[in-house]
Amino acid sequence: MDTFLEARGLKKRFGAIEAVAGVDLVVARGEVVGFLGPNGAGKTTTMRMVTGFLEPDAGTVRVHGHDLAADPLHAKAAIGYLPEGAPVWPDMRVRDFLRFVAEIRGLCGAERDERLEEVVHLVHLKPVLGQTLETLSKGFRRRVGLAQALVHDPPVLILDEPTDGLDPNQKFEVRELIRRMGEEKAIVLSTHILEEVEAVCTRAVIVNRGRVVFDGTPAELEAKAPADVTRNRLDHVFRQLTTSEVEAA
Amino acid sequence: MRAVRILARREFAAYFATPLAAVFLVIFLFLAGLFTFEFGGLFERGQADLRPFFQFHPWLYLFLVPAIAMRLWAEERRLGTIELLMTLPVRLRDLVLGKFLAAWAFCGLALLCTTPIWATVAWLGDPDHGVIVASYLGSFLMAGAFLAIGSFVSALTKNQVIAFIVGVLVCFVFLFLGYPVFLDFLSGWAPRFLVETVASWSFLTHFQALSRGVLDLRDVLFFLSTIVVFLAMNGLVIDWKKAA
Repeated sequence: MDTFLEARGLKKRFGAIEAVAGVDLVVARGEVVGFLGPNGAGKTTTMRMVTGFLEPDAGTVRVHGHDLAADPLHAKAAIGYLPEGAPVWPDMRVRDFLRFVAEIRGLCGAERDERLEEVVHLVHLKPVLGQTLETLSKGFRRRVGLAQALVHDPPVLILDEPTDGLDPNQKFEVRELIRRMGEEKAIVLSTHILEEVEAVCTRAVIVNRGRVVFDGTPAELEAKAPADVTRNRLDHVFRQLTTSEVEAA
Repeated sequence: MRAVRILARREFAAYFATPLAAVFLVIFLFLAGLFTFEFGGLFERGQADLRPFFQFHPWLYLFLVPAIAMRLWAEERRLGTIELLMTLPVRLRDLVLGKFLAAWAFCGLALLCTTPIWATVAWLGDPDHGVIVASYLGSFLMAGAFLAIGSFVSALTKNQVIAFIVGVLVCFVFLFLGYPVFLDFLSGWAPRFLVETVASWSFLTHFQALSRGVLDLRDVLFFLSTIVVFLAMNGLVIDWKKAA
């Protein structure tokens, strides 16, 4: 199995709060991992460490064979990243923004134009190319964020809530896109929507209070629910996994 | 270098994506003109030189340059776009340099817009062009030093207003380090060499030397090394926040 992303023993503390307390995240090519957990569980912090935005207090990250700490440029080049909330420069036009990302990631000339055309086609951005980013709806903005992450065709994709703010049709399309890309890439996506895990993910990783509390297939996750629960079985397991510790404390 | 160029180009274009560039250039030119003709008495002096024009530059820069610099990093942090920048396969050094060079080029553009004043003097009389060129160079270098300070301060906060106020304050200190206000404070207790070292950091002293037309390499190096030191500290702050 080609391991594209290998994060081991990640830890991060903000003052008195231990945001991430030893998370392993190993993803192979062909896997789409749903990264789940309640708000504040450490999902975003983990993703920020994996992408090199935050430095972990402890632990190592290898991306596509490159150690993030020792060789950050090659490691970062292998990642496409959609940060939380899809931040963009509001005054830039969509076309200029994507072009900038393509160029700074080393694409130029015909190759750059080809890739730009492809991602614009993939996430349906054609109608808004000439608009400034601040005028876009939440859904379009999220899709620009996605396009920006895909433009250099990276082997590893880290997507923080890629379907947040999309309408049901757009959600469907983005999920289809992720599933298709998942055959060739290693993808981690965080989400609050459990049905999304069933729809696109080959594996689910649930974190709670900075620790991994479940790592397995969506089917295995569902199997943890008691037989008498017939509806919203995933929700049931999720609640069980992420609230028991609070009650114990 | 390629990365620096691409980053600087985006940054430079960003000034013109909003009214910021136009507003800044108009205000800069208006104030430069006001100072030169009203307070400096360019015509009344009856001398063909640009002394009245350049002597007010430190004052202009004191407020206008921190206004450009305040957004450099604070805005990225506020928008969250810092996360995009920091996860690009780009060296931190290139990010800092790209941003700085774009802002410096913008200052250069503002200075370039003042050349009609030079043309006027040249048309009316026979100024010493060497002195004027040296003054422009000194002014541009001083703007760069102010910008590097402002960029460093901007990296410390995500609040642009704080970045502006602290930036003005730090620039003010560096501008007047050589003046009695600061030196008297030191000379009572500090050893002589320290007082002289501090005095030698005064931007005003170095700028005045250049604007007299004395193109001393030491003054040029002074501004350039100030820029390097503050940009290096800028990088350290960004790096430090990554681990914090």
